[in-house]
Amino acid sequence: MSGLPLLSLVIWVPIAAGVAVLATGSDRNAGLARVLALIGAVAGLVVSLPLYTQFDAQQAGMQFVEISPWIETFKVTYHLGVDGISMLFILLTSFTTVLVVLAGWQVIEKRVAQYMAAFLIMSGLMNGVFAALDGILFYVFWEAMLIPMFLAIGVWGGPNRVYAAVKFFLYTLIGSLLMLVALIYLYSKSGTFEILDFHRLPLSMTEQVLIFFAFFMAFAVKVPMWPVHTWLPDAHVEAPTGGSVVLAAIMLKVGAYGFLRFSLPIAPDASHALSGFIITLSLIAVVYIGLVALVQADMKKLIAYSSISHMGFVTLGIFIFNTYGLEGALVQMVSHGFISAAMFLCVGVLYDRMHSRQIADYGGVANRMPIFAAFFMLFAMANSGLPATSGFVGEFMVIMGSIKANFWYAFLAASTLIFGAAYTLWMVKRVVFGAVANSHVEQLNDVSPREFLVLGLLAVAVLGMGLYPLPFTEVMHQSVSNLLSHVAQSKI
Amino acid sequence: MTEMQKLYLLVPLAPLAGAAIAGLFGWLVGRAVSHWVTIIGVAVSFFASVLIFQDVMAGHTYNGSVYTWLTMGDTRLEIGFLIDRLTTLMMLVVTFVSLMVHIYTIGYMQEDPGYQRFFSYISLFTFSMLMLVMSNNFVQLFFGWEAVGLVSYLLIGFWFTRESAIYANLKAFLVNRVGDFGFLLGIGLVLAYFGSLDYATVFARAPEMANHTISLIGGQTWPLLTVICILLFVGAMGKSAQFPLHVWLPDSMEGPTPISALIHAATMVTAGIFMVARMSPLFELSETALSVVMVIGAITALFMGFLGVIQNDIKRVVAYSTLSQLGYMTVALGASAYPVAIFHLMTHAFFKALLFLAAGSVIIGMHHDQDIRHMGGLRKYMPITWITSLIGSLALIGTPFLAGFYSKDSIIEAVGLSHLPGSGFAYFAVVAGVFVTAFYSFRMYFLVFHGPERFREHLGHGHGHDGHGHGGEPHESPFVVTFPLVMLAIPSALIGYIAIEPLMLGDYFQNAIHIAGSHPAVEELGKEFPGAAAMALHAVTTLPFWLAAAGVGLSWFFYLKRTDIPEKIRARFSVIYAILDRKYGFDEFNDWFFAGGARMLGRSLWKGGDVAVIDNFFVNGTARLVGRISSLVRHFQSGYIFHYAFAMIIGVFVLMTLFVKG
Repeated sequence: MSGLPLLSLVIWVPIAAGVAVLATGSDRNAGLARVLALIGAVAGLVVSLPLYTQFDAQQAGMQFVEISPWIETFKVTYHLGVDGISMLFILLTSFTTVLVVLAGWQVIEKRVAQYMAAFLIMSGLMNGVFAALDGILFYVFWEAMLIPMFLAIGVWGGPNRVYAAVKFFLYTLIGSLLMLVALIYLYSKSGTFEILDFHRLPLSMTEQVLIFFAFFMAFAVKVPMWPVHTWLPDAHVEAPTGGSVVLAAIMLKVGAYGFLRFSLPIAPDASHALSGFIITLSLIAVVYIGLVALVQADMKKLIAYSSISHMGFVTLGIFIFNTYGLEGALVQMVSHGFISAAMFLCVGVLYDRMHSRQIADYGGVANRMPIFAAFFMLFAMANSGLPATSGFVGEFMVIMGSIKANFWYAFLAASTLIFGAAYTLWMVKRVVFGAVANSHVEQLNDVSPREFLVLGLLAVAVLGMGLYPLPFTEVMHQSVSNLLSHVAQSKI
Repeated sequence: MTEMQKLYLLVPLAPLAGAAIAGLFGWLVGRAVSHWVTIIGVAVSFFASVLIFQDVMAGHTYNGSVYTWLTMGDTRLEIGFLIDRLTTLMMLVVTFVSLMVHIYTIGYMQEDPGYQRFFSYISLFTFSMLMLVMSNNFVQLFFGWEAVGLVSYLLIGFWFTRESAIYANLKAFLVNRVGDFGFLLGIGLVLAYFGSLDYATVFARAPEMANHTISLIGGQTWPLLTVICILLFVGAMGKSAQFPLHVWLPDSMEGPTPISALIHAATMVTAGIFMVARMSPLFELSETALSVVMVIGAITALFMGFLGVIQNDIKRVVAYSTLSQLGYMTVALGASAYPVAIFHLMTHAFFKALLFLAAGSVIIGMHHDQDIRHMGGLRKYMPITWITSLIGSLALIGTPFLAGFYSKDSIIEAVGLSHLPGSGFAYFAVVAGVFVTAFYSFRMYFLVFHGPERFREHLGHGHGHDGHGHGGEPHESPFVVTFPLVMLAIPSALIGYIAIEPLMLGDYFQNAIHIAGSHPAVEELGKEFPGAAAMALHAVTTLPFWLAAAGVGLSWFFYLKRTDIPEKIRARFSVIYAILDRKYGFDEFNDWFFAGGARMLGRSLWKGGDVAVIDNFFVNGTARLVGRISSLVRHFQSGYIFHYAFAMIIGVFVLMTLFVKG
């Protein structure tokens, strides 16, 4: 293992790069801002790669640990570390950031430096969320990462951006405050903010249930779980493409990650007792949201609903408490990161040309943009869970896991095979296929080399993970079985 | 890696390489390179399959993995090959038909702007189908299963500017997904109870699971294997277009004709048949599942045949005939006559590919008019197409000595020997189906190749895509089109005579197919088998032969002799005609109930649930509640005396009522 503080680097390199980009100032230096941003994003990715290559898959505990005192009065420490559950998300964040910088290259014309800086800083903060092992440190990153996202939507967003941002804020606020209360309660019981100490803290059932719900409010909103999901379609519709990509690919994952890092290990008995409740909400998300997605007229809304439905698989997989389900949930999270990013980028490619997200404004795009159509088809198939794409792997694992728990869970979850294909491919049919629908479509140009690069990278990721998912699951086995055995032990 | 293992890998990878080159670099390398590289890829695959066939016949079977795809906890899922006598037969059929279709495509698609894309797709299809049949585990089977569905989707919608084509391909994909839904649940139960998805492991443990039950609804318990087999069969119903999931196949004729031959007749639709045969160690343990298989197959065999009678589109007649023949294969599976089902799969692959390609040749000759009422007398203009079509039609209806006779007659006999519930109906269906098949096949044959030349009135009105020039008399197709016809006509005529003996005596498949001792149909067939020639001669004394002859005779009478009769029958039985014309109403029902219902449900959940309840009531409600209370209070402070007075009077009333009542 190298002596470098890798986790600090993956957090602070992008943030430092963001500050540097910000320093380029006004749009007169936009070119410099873009180049600096790309260098920063690539540097962020480069420093996160050793997390995978030097990761010890045989070890269940935390690796790359860094610890130093921070606020000594309250025993708050700067404590970082990753295990097989969190490590992949840091890579995913760093990878996505590169894509976002590339995707915004020419599209963003005003306040370029601020835009790029917002996403770089957000990247570092999100890495912090996944790496933090101190409750307060986690909370700080958790709240801080929202600020650049609010700005991204508020400054570069669509016409209704204020409503969307406020709605997002309303939802998030209650959850975050309850989480803070829970953290303080845990501190008062244990005398520390160490998350790993929280895991070992004995708690009565009542305490566990209250803590579970406090965390649940924070995490369920982020996932988002039905019925606290309605902020997501609005936020996506108003967000710029980069915002949608980060929102879908990373921000939704921090909610599910929270369940794994806090709810399950801190309140195992409550988690078991309430699993039926969560599973019900998850299955509602899969089926109900699948049907709602079918009738959306706005492409971004459709993909947003599709995200909610896919995230239903994640929470289902977590709360059936078996290896297939839990590993499936993690794989689904990574895969959804690739696919939802790709889908939003595809819509972005169309939006940049036509300035419309309405399905009805398109038709016959394949006639004018054959390369784009091929990419879109690939990602649509991945979104429908076609084998040999990453979309299949997670869904397959969760279905295999849930059938062990209860046949009917699997039955309802597997309905996504039909609904997922129906809403995705019906959209493809109306947008991509058919005769050229109107004069605007007639004037479309196929993808630029820059867009080709972005979509091509994601295509490689989606196909690679679909054909050979072993490297992704290998690293998580030990941590997952460790978590499952921990959760199996009562704390009462 | 041994030499043979390299050869196994070469079989799927050669077409994949061709598909990749034609698909990704077709724009760069041009049309000729694209068709050469894919044809060579499939040819390599075919010759490798021949070598593997010889090796397997020499007694070398193989079961091994290529790489570990995924580990879930302690469960390892591998990509690997099982090469036994069932696999190698399928490999030969798939690669041979595919090779013929590749060659044919040069002629059929020559003026299509999507030439390279088409070659890429059909090679990709060949790869997918080979991965499916060569798999040694359920996961890879599901991969191939879905991949052929994907390529079928791409090919049905190949002419993506046509509304009917992109409707048909979406429909095909979704109906197949309904099947896959059941299939995946079946696979899930296998993994949950057997702890493995490897064929060998699962089949070995199957007998000990025979008495295992699971409870699904309430306290009711079901035999585990019955549930698994029926769920797996739901998958087969999707792919092999069995009632009621048959609805996608006729519409898939929107795709170019070569793929109708390759995918929607010879190979992909047989995936379900192959899968059930492969799973014979499981199906043999559940007579309930076998009964279901047999009844579904019988319904498909008979009722889909009826629909062929009234079709006027040349490809649709052949499509309904395919549905009906798939029903025959399924019935054979239900009767535990797996070898016979695979036998019919093979003979059908040859003569049905031939019939489709011949139909395509007619379509080229007719300048893309597909209506058989516009044809007639084409035998003079298209002699090779005519003779090969005749061979194909005769093989299809079960003319003694030709391929279809041996397989179909064996199916009828096997069903006659079955004692499962439903076998009586199945026997009736397959026997009656012989007459229907003969009638519609020769209706088409006579209308196309014999009788008056009706095309003169219709030429120039041809529909279909642009490309081939319009006008002029029908003409024989080029060599690249007729060559595959001839190459397919040979096995259509001979393969039954050659293959019946090893198949019937029951030693060909060895342990690739498992048949329980309590299902002796195949064994009895083998005992009674008098030799290929004697079997054909003996057929003249049996009912099916005379039913087929009657079917041909009747169609001759109706469509060549007294051409006024069909019109009269149609007028007389207009209700029945209407039912058949609307295909028993399945399409309307599915569109209304499933597609419409899902959209309505989605809209009401969205508007009622998300917008009305969650957003308006809860989210915005909090804010609005504050506003409403303040506005209520404001109403009371309106400043008008009579408002206050009115409120006081109401108040007094309320108080008095309360006091008086109290």
